[in-house]
Amino acid sequence: MNAILRTVLQRLGLGLITLFVVSVVIFSAVTMLPGNFANAILGQAATPETVAAFERSVGLDKPPVVRYFSWIGGVLRGDFGNSFSSAGALAGGHDRTVVSLVTPRLKNTLFLAGITAAIAVPLSLVLGMLAALYRNSVFDRMVNLVTLTSISVPEFFVAYILMLFLAIQFPIFYSLANVSPDTPFLERFARCALPSLTLILVIVAHMMRMTRAAIINILASPYIETARLKGVSPGRIIYKHALPNALAPIATVVAINLAYLIVGVVVVEVVFVYPGIGQLMVDSVSARDIPVVQACALIFAITYIGLNLLADIVSIVTNPRLLHPR
Amino acid sequence: MSVEPADLSTIPSAPARAHGGLLPAAWHALKRAPPTAWFGIIVISIYILVALLAPLIAPYGEAEIVSGAYEPWGGDYLLGTDQLGRDLLSRLIYGARNTIGIAVMTTALSFTIGGLLGLLAAILGGWTDQLLARAVDILMAIPQLIFALMLLSIFGSSVTNLILIIAVLDSTRVFRLTRAVAMNVVVLDFVEAARLQGEKLGWIMTREILPNILPPLVAEFGLRFCFVFLTIAALSFLGLGIQPPTADWGSMVRENATLINYGDVTPLLPAGAIALLTVAVNFVVDWFLHKTSGLRDER
Repeated sequence: MNAILRTVLQRLGLGLITLFVVSVVIFSAVTMLPGNFANAILGQAATPETVAAFERSVGLDKPPVVRYFSWIGGVLRGDFGNSFSSAGALAGGHDRTVVSLVTPRLKNTLFLAGITAAIAVPLSLVLGMLAALYRNSVFDRMVNLVTLTSISVPEFFVAYILMLFLAIQFPIFYSLANVSPDTPFLERFARCALPSLTLILVIVAHMMRMTRAAIINILASPYIETARLKGVSPGRIIYKHALPNALAPIATVVAINLAYLIVGVVVVEVVFVYPGIGQLMVDSVSARDIPVVQACALIFAITYIGLNLLADIVSIVTNPRLLHPR
Repeated sequence: MSVEPADLSTIPSAPARAHGGLLPAAWHALKRAPPTAWFGIIVISIYILVALLAPLIAPYGEAEIVSGAYEPWGGDYLLGTDQLGRDLLSRLIYGARNTIGIAVMTTALSFTIGGLLGLLAAILGGWTDQLLARAVDILMAIPQLIFALMLLSIFGSSVTNLILIIAVLDSTRVFRLTRAVAMNVVVLDFVEAARLQGEKLGWIMTREILPNILPPLVAEFGLRFCFVFLTIAALSFLGLGIQPPTADWGSMVRENATLINYGDVTPLLPAGAIALLTVAVNFVVDWFLHKTSGLRDER
């Protein structure tokens, strides 16, 4: 138990170091910017005084190391600074903090991702196991062809096809998912139907294929063969012999795909005009609103690293062999 | 002590060798290919032809405004016109050239960077390997699309930036694969012999190791191409990739997206063009992997 704890702590430490370096990378993105940064924001017509005032208000006149620590210190206290697009301090208006922009969007995205994961994960595990059990059958071949196709297709293609058939030709669902904070819960659910259906289709294909591969891998190993030859019933082989060992690869599969969801969510949110963090990031990239982009990138990176770390830890805990590399 | 060069066209299928020659061998392998692979090869050939012959096939110019906006299908404009009154069919045909061309260039660049560094890491080992591997770990800790979005917000959207950013980000996967497969070859005796002979690093990389790791790299090229192609299409769709007035399938979907609300399938055409190509490439790669390795279960 001690050894497991130590390895897990080691992984956690490694994750924290990765996170630190990633935050440095995300931060230094601004520093890599050519000198005319203020001009890019304020426009070419900006006077030198305005530029200087802007740089002072953003803190660009300080050395990078000082700026990094004040930035990361703020982030740790939940303060991501002010959005550039408001540029409030210069115009005399009030600043919009990055947090006030990001928080409601993040809640919406988590809602969408939550619904998707809750449906997609069990569905793909069951489908993957069935395909592995009846491999090379008609069912397996069909599922294989369909999933290979839906993996290869861009998300927006799936999204628009669903929109065309399920919202326009046959108006079953809402075609746009433009929710506002005071949308009632049930309506919010209905409006999210198409975006989450799109994500489910894409993510189930990935997860199901990987689950199938993991189970087939284990079913091919000698100890399963032995169990089969001993006359153990197929259900018991799957449940008692294969599943405990398949847990680690399956956990990895789920984590990788939930991480993949993060990327898929960006495109899908734009297609369905869903006010999530992905759309906020795309809008901020167009407007070159760097603090918001940084905040979004950091949130995405933390989720991504966290999920991968979780998968690592699950596979260590469920597979004692990984404790002793080599 | 020399290595048998494994050309990518010699798909190692045992009976093919009897006929001799590379082309007959390839043809023999092709004849036995499953229908999905044939479908993939035919589709890819058509795409390449269309991309190369775009100016000859297209009825109108790439950015030529020929009529009013959103003309319906049929008549002078086979697939109607887009939001500015440009012929959609011509845009689709030119789009093949731009979209595929940029994706191929990006993938090639990504393979040059990733392959070179991967080989170096495998051969040199030591701190070079450690340094490169850790750098790649960091780059891969951020989702690719998110990283690309961040970099584009800083450097601005242009085709050059797009190619460079995606190529560098994607080369991390190529690096991992090249390093992993090269590691297995580096330890073999003939590499050691070449080293002792005093062969230079470049010779060992290109003549001793590269031919032996080519099949997985070729398969990976197909998969990476699909990935790069989809990433660029997604970025263009988000309005941050290839910029107008260049005809490109991703941005064409975005530009015509409103038509979907009237039950018009026009925006699905460029999206479908993207989808068809990636499906075709995937089919071919699937078959190639099946041929060159026992990767797929055969039980």
